[in-house]
Amino acid sequence: MGRKLLLDKAHIEGIRYYDTYRSNGGYAAAEKALKNLGPDGVLDEVKKSGLRGRGGAGFPTGMKWSFIAKPEGVPRYLVCNADESEPGTFKDRYLMEFIPHLLIEGLLISSFALGANSCYIYIRGEYAWIPEILEQAIAEAKNKGWLGKNILGTGFDLEIYVQRGAGAYICGEETALIESLEGKRGNPRIKPPFPAVKGLYQCPTVVNNVETLAAVVPIINIGGDEYIKFGTGKSTGTKLISACGNINKPGVYEIEMNISVEEFIYSDEYCGGIKNNKRLKACIPGGSSVPVLPANLLLKTAKGETRMMTYESLADGGFATGSMLGSGGFIVMDEDQCIVRNTLTFARFYHHESCGQCSPCREGTGWMKKVLQNIEYGKGKMSDIDLLWDIQRKIEGNTICPLGDAAAWPVAAAIRHFRDEFEWHVLNPEESQKRNFGLAHYADPIPAPAAV
Amino acid sequence: MAEDKKMFKVKIDNISVEVEPGTTILNAARLIGGEVVPPAMCYYSKLEGSGGKCRTCIVKVTKGSDADPRPMPKLVASCRTTVMDGMEVANITSPEVLDARKGVVEFLLINHPLDCPICDQAGECHLQDLGYENGSEATRYEFKRRTFDKVDLGDKIKLHMTRCILCYRCVFTADQLTQKREHGILGRGDAAEIGTYIKQSLDNDFIGNVIDVCPVGALTDNTFRFKNRVWFLKPVDAHRNCNNPKCCGKVVLWMRGDEVFRVTARKDEYGEVENFICDECRFEKKDKNDWVIEGPRKINHHSVISQGQYVNTVKPLDPLVDVLDGRKPKLLFNIHSESQVNRPEIDLSKIEGPAHSDDFIIKKS
Repeated sequence: MGRKLLLDKAHIEGIRYYDTYRSNGGYAAAEKALKNLGPDGVLDEVKKSGLRGRGGAGFPTGMKWSFIAKPEGVPRYLVCNADESEPGTFKDRYLMEFIPHLLIEGLLISSFALGANSCYIYIRGEYAWIPEILEQAIAEAKNKGWLGKNILGTGFDLEIYVQRGAGAYICGEETALIESLEGKRGNPRIKPPFPAVKGLYQCPTVVNNVETLAAVVPIINIGGDEYIKFGTGKSTGTKLISACGNINKPGVYEIEMNISVEEFIYSDEYCGGIKNNKRLKACIPGGSSVPVLPANLLLKTAKGETRMMTYESLADGGFATGSMLGSGGFIVMDEDQCIVRNTLTFARFYHHESCGQCSPCREGTGWMKKVLQNIEYGKGKMSDIDLLWDIQRKIEGNTICPLGDAAAWPVAAAIRHFRDEFEWHVLNPEESQKRNFGLAHYADPIPAPAAV
Repeated sequence: MAEDKKMFKVKIDNISVEVEPGTTILNAARLIGGEVVPPAMCYYSKLEGSGGKCRTCIVKVTKGSDADPRPMPKLVASCRTTVMDGMEVANITSPEVLDARKGVVEFLLINHPLDCPICDQAGECHLQDLGYENGSEATRYEFKRRTFDKVDLGDKIKLHMTRCILCYRCVFTADQLTQKREHGILGRGDAAEIGTYIKQSLDNDFIGNVIDVCPVGALTDNTFRFKNRVWFLKPVDAHRNCNNPKCCGKVVLWMRGDEVFRVTARKDEYGEVENFICDECRFEKKDKNDWVIEGPRKINHHSVISQGQYVNTVKPLDPLVDVLDGRKPKLLFNIHSESQVNRPEIDLSKIEGPAHSDDFIIKKS
């Protein structure tokens, strides 16, 4: 059994409510932070822990916090990014739904460290039932004196507000989220200035993912030095992985970042292998926007090392032969899945979700979708594949926010690793409408199970 | 205090320039001028917050600053990136930038109707210039282009959304010049459009300026629509004492003969207006007698608008200078004394039939 830090008490009945949470050691970290550590102490522990942002980019949280500007007389804000919209990612939903007090405790500690007296949880509109859970938890915490004025007699005030979004993927981008929170159209801002200097209402703001803020609680509980002992190298601690696709046991798993990808997919503790004894074709290890990896590159890096479930190992080989841990949306595809169709699905998503502010993303995502549609439905040309490559290349890196990159990467990786499948679609327009390409030479190094 | 202000040294395409801290790369390049100036479709120096959206002005920062010489990892929007001391920027000297810009132009054009032959903006359209300079000659886009219905935003302004490149300039204009913005961006992605939500007319003292700031033919002057091509008109600087305190009253009249076809604000070489004008000047005063005419407007001679003008155009060279190569012309022979047919004393009317060379022979006496 891997060690757990976030979900270790998730199985306890009633952990959603304050009394159960408190009697199982909840709010001990908040007590420790507010009474003993002080803001700088908390920041030190988080820096020592090496905690990296769990939203996708993996930016060190301690460093992000230390960037926040502290001008006199200007309020600072902490914003919790619960706009979990990446296809394949549903880990924050689990946290908020089942252990809301863990998030609230994390928000309390983090706000205390940052000196923020107002904290906003920006939650995606589709999670319609979760704001109630959060608001109930906030009310409970406020009743017990963990929120409001002069918390624990330290003179620290904090209010937490829950704000629902209207269901736009782009509002998960931190500056678009801030714009939306201010009541404006959710367009990403042009950086600099960064939110740490001018964020919400032009005040210094830190935007963190739900899981990142929840992870602050165990860090304070066990201390940063102890937290480093979880995981490997710069990937410290545990990570929530939301596994889905053709696996026997889809769901949210907390992993310690020291297991291999193979173990994660095939061990019974986690995904439990591929469904119906099929073979593994490809996997998208970090949510829809990270590059897809064929099975052989997924389990072993290009150098032949075992690929681990860590930030570094999954990124090993760059985008040529690697991918990213991203937000932990682990999408597994078996031999029956069509990569072209899958790429089209993502392209359609990014086309639909592009905010339309900057030209490469606005025009390019739609173009990619249309070209992919042609290929998928047997109307493609050989030159379309090169055209797709050229379009994604011209989107990537030339946009205001990372949505352009996120739209370009899946297309690029699909063509890079599965070009023959695209070519097969073009060369066999009729056959491709009836059956799937199946595995090719790049696929599963694990032998197929014997026929039953 | 102004004297001892530290100036930042910036190199753009290997040309050095000193600028004040806080200047953007684009404005530093405009100080140099010429070809190193990146094209800008959405940035408008008079409108706060504009820029960064069209991505045509992207440049490569090859050296961040003297203090931190690392290059920037991505191409940056020069209109929104401020310079650092010692920064080195590559614009037209970087093939990467030119390639990326070509890509952006292609993106801007794939859904553009390319209806320049019937577009009022033709001849003063930034997208035309941009496509001419950075675009490719053929499109790779095989799909149906996105279209919108034409909308009348009041009786003065026509919105042709299909041509729009979503630069947001008109939104910033309405925000910053008028009392209340009544139009904005609706929808998202490539379905995003400029609109008023529920069809309503834009009616405000300064809303006409959205026509001037629009880089393409998406917002055009309904009072000028299809009246004439801009290159057949002569732009003339003029002014009047406008009662509106926010209006400068300095305009360009676009005339043909004595007829004023349209009135616009005065635009500089980057197509940005020098001062905004009110709607009364723009739409109501279309009589030559309303204005004090200052003289012809100088238009860049590369512009098609300068075709019909005689101002600032190049005079034809005297070909003799080249032919003679510095020599003085000299009289070789006088054709009048040499020619036999040139005899004024012979009266042609007295010759019978057509004249013949024999008739001119000097008879020896």
